[in-house]
Order: sequence, then C-alpha cells, then structure tokens
Amino acid sequence: MNTWTEKEPILSIKDVHKSFGELEVLKGVTFDVMKGEVICIIGPSGSGKSTLIRCVNALNEIQSGSIKVEGVEVNDPKLDKLALRRKVGMVFQQYNLFPHKTAIENIMMAPIQVLKQDPKEVEERAHTLIKKVRLQGKENSFPGELSGGQQQRIAIARSLAMEPNIMLFDEITAALDPETVKEVLVTIKDLAQDGMTCCLVTHEMGFAKEIADHIYFTDRGIIVEHGPPKTFFTDAKDPRTKEFLSQIL
Amino acid sequence: MTGFEQYFIELADTHPKWNFVYFYQEVERSRIITGIYYTIGLSILTVFFSVVVGLVGAWMQGSKSKLARLTVQGFIQFFRNTPPFVQLLFFYFALGQFTPTHSPDGWLEVPIISNFGWAVISLSLFAGSYNVEIFRSGIEAVPVSTREAAESLGYNRFQSFTKIILPLCFRICLPSLNNNLINLVKTTTQAFGIAVPELLYQCISVYNDYSTSMNAVMLLMFIVFFLIVGLIAWSSSALERKLKIPGYGV
Repeated sequence: MNTWTEKEPILSIKDVHKSFGELEVLKGVTFDVMKGEVICIIGPSGSGKSTLIRCVNALNEIQSGSIKVEGVEVNDPKLDKLALRRKVGMVFQQYNLFPHKTAIENIMMAPIQVLKQDPKEVEERAHTLIKKVRLQGKENSFPGELSGGQQQRIAIARSLAMEPNIMLFDEITAALDPETVKEVLVTIKDLAQDGMTCCLVTHEMGFAKEIADHIYFTDRGIIVEHGPPKTFFTDAKDPRTKEFLSQIL
Repeated sequence: MTGFEQYFIELADTHPKWNFVYFYQEVERSRIITGIYYTIGLSILTVFFSVVVGLVGAWMQGSKSKLARLTVQGFIQFFRNTPPFVQLLFFYFALGQFTPTHSPDGWLEVPIISNFGWAVISLSLFAGSYNVEIFRSGIEAVPVSTREAAESLGYNRFQSFTKIILPLCFRICLPSLNNNLINLVKTTTQAFGIAVPELLYQCISVYNDYSTSMNAVMLLMFIVFFLIVGLIAWSSSALERKLKIPGYGV
C-alpha cells in the first residue's frame, strides 16, 4: 500500500550510487523535493547531473540507494515503469521529437497509444497545450520544419500531455541559440507558476536564480553545496562552488 | 484463327529460329500463362513472408534473452552462407521425407507440404535472413535518444518498436530492402529445381515440345521478369516519395 501524502517529499533521493562499469558517476546523492517546488541542479560537465535525473525516470538503473517518487521505490526490479512514467515527464537536450509525426501528433501519440485515452479528448488537450507553449499555427508542421526552440516547446507539451506530477528537464536549452533559449525558459516559468514540480539540470545561472526554490551544486558525483538561490549565489562556502560560480557568473 | 496468330505462324515458317509457338498453340499458351501465374504467386508470397521473417528476426535480435539472439544469429548464418538452390533441394528432398502425408482422392498419398509450399518456405527463409540484417541496420540508424524519448513517455519495447522505431527504420532501409526483394523475385526461378511449375519450368517445357521456340521463350522470360521487377522498383520509389518527411534527412 502506498501511504504517500502531499506533506511528504514528492521525490526523495537517498544515498544514490550509480556506476557505468568502472566509472562511478554518482557517489551517494541525497535530497528531497516537495510538491510544487522548482529545483535546479548545476555543476561542471561530467559531474553526474544528467545521470541523476535520468535515474529518477528509470532510464538508467542505480546500483544502490533509494529513489522514491510519490513514495514508490524506483530502484525495484518489479517497478511498474508505465505508472512511474505517467507521473514523471522528461524533456531532453536534443528534443527527441518523433520526426515522422507532426507537432500535434507528437503530443497526442503517447496518451492515445500508451494510456489508451479517447482521441477526441486528447486532441482538445493537445490544442490547449500548443496554446500554452505559444505555438498556435504550427500544429501540422513536422519537427524538421520547426526551429530548435519550437521543437523543444513541442517536446515540453508532449511530456505535459501525459499529465505528469513532476517534470524533469535535462539541459533543455543547451542545444539552442541564445535568442530561442528565452522562449523555452518562459514556457518553463509558466509551468512553475502553475505549481508544477520541476527538476532542472541547467547551465542558465540567471534563470536558475530567478526561478528555483532550491539550488544544488554537484561535482564529481556528490552534492557539494545547496541552498536557496539568494544565499547560494552570494554566499557560497565551498571552494569548488566558488570556483565554478566565478567562472560562470 | 486471328490475324495475330496467323502472323506468328508465318513468322515461324519464314524464320524457323523465331517460333513464338505460345502465341498460336493453345497448349503452349496455357503453359506460359500457368508459369506467369506461379511466378507471380511465388513472388508475392515469398516477398510477404520474407519481410515477416525479417521483422520478427530483427525484433528478436533486440531481445534481452541471449538464447533468442543466438537463435537469430544462427539462422542468419545458415541461410546466408549456403546457396539458395541447395537449401531448396534440402527442404524438399530431405525435410520433405519427414512431413506427414494425406490422401485427398483416397488413392494417392501426398505430403501435406507440396513442392510449391516448400519453395515458399525455403525462399522466404533465405531472403528473410537478409531482411533481418537489413532491418537491423535501419533500427540501429534510429538514434538511441529517440528510443529513450519513447521510453520516457511510457512506451514499452513492443509499442516503441511498432509505433516509432519501425516507421523510421523502414524509411532508412527501404532502398536495400528493395534490392533484396528484387533479388528474391529473380531467385524464384530456382524453384524450377523442385518442379514448381513457374515460368522457367514452363518455358523449358515449351522448348522441349518445340526446339525451334528457344529464342522466343528466352525473350519472353527476359521481358516478363523485366516487367515484374520494374513494377517492384517503381512502386518502391513511389513509396519512398510518399513516405518522405518534410524537413527530415532520410
């Protein structure tokens, strides 16, 4: 029986270890995310940020530790992956839209094919989502006909169509040019304001500062320092954090 | 007798090497028609089943089970590394001995799988082994990240295979699939070896009846195969155009 309530963390990560062969990427990561919270994970390349949120969605398996989404253990061979993925939406750096389907079909596919929902109802929802990501008029464009920023917003809408409770964003602006970054960030900001729980891996420090409730700095597989953006950016204690921030800001 | 038939009778008189006997002799005409009928039937069935074999094999190759992967690998090695004609003889003469028989007329015992049946099975498996490799190359060309996106949307392996990977894979491997299927259609002539009454078999029968018809039957064979293969090539490129995705490289 799942006795999870909204007062407990919606996402609870405890002492997670993850290796790719010999290489240990995560060396005991622990943190909690409450419902409606927006957290940003920052850190140098190769520090395990992306791996961490991929583990939350069970795209990567972990070797030890515990990841609980709404009280359900992800690190469990008997995990109902579909149930997990209904709750957790994920957006990737390379958008990964299905190139043979139009924008609106991309959004509608999973709810119809995986959740077996009524196509008419899904289509209505898809139109609302397209409006939400400000892409009216692009419904019938193929991904190849859209700009990077537009594709990424369709990818966000595609994840939202599954009506998840948590959204994971894996460096979603890293492949975009500076002008289109903004339009994607606005979309996420809207989401955060609607109360969606968001975990972002990002290099956009300004954005992290503005949107995050909590910031985690990772380096070499551990969380070095964390805190609310106000104190995190002005009052970093650890030398590694200081060095990283001085290079970036 | 029509003018058309009259013309070829006179042609055979004046040019004995060009005896188009199947244009004016009822028996020979029906041989050729049967031959074309069998060649087309054999082609359609083997093309269909070889694609099915290819898809199932490619699906099994991506399986977690080592046994399934090894089975597919063994299957590919066996059928790719031996001549199709030898396979055909093996299936019909060796395996054919062990199949149960039945007696439709109450007198004669006949095996439940006819020579035509064996030709379909053997040629489908032969071309299927190539199709597995063709589909595998197409599947591998679909980025892993696309598969992960499907996975993160809750697609299981079968759903993502049929709804996302195959439609993309198919577009990538259509040209090489087309090559293999064209080869298969031409290989159906080898069913002659186990007396399937396809076009080559019938043409040789016509030639045996009328040795003057050699040039005429050879010409006919070339033209019929040229047209059948041409039709496949044309429909394949039409399909390729139809499946083209705006703004997508393949």
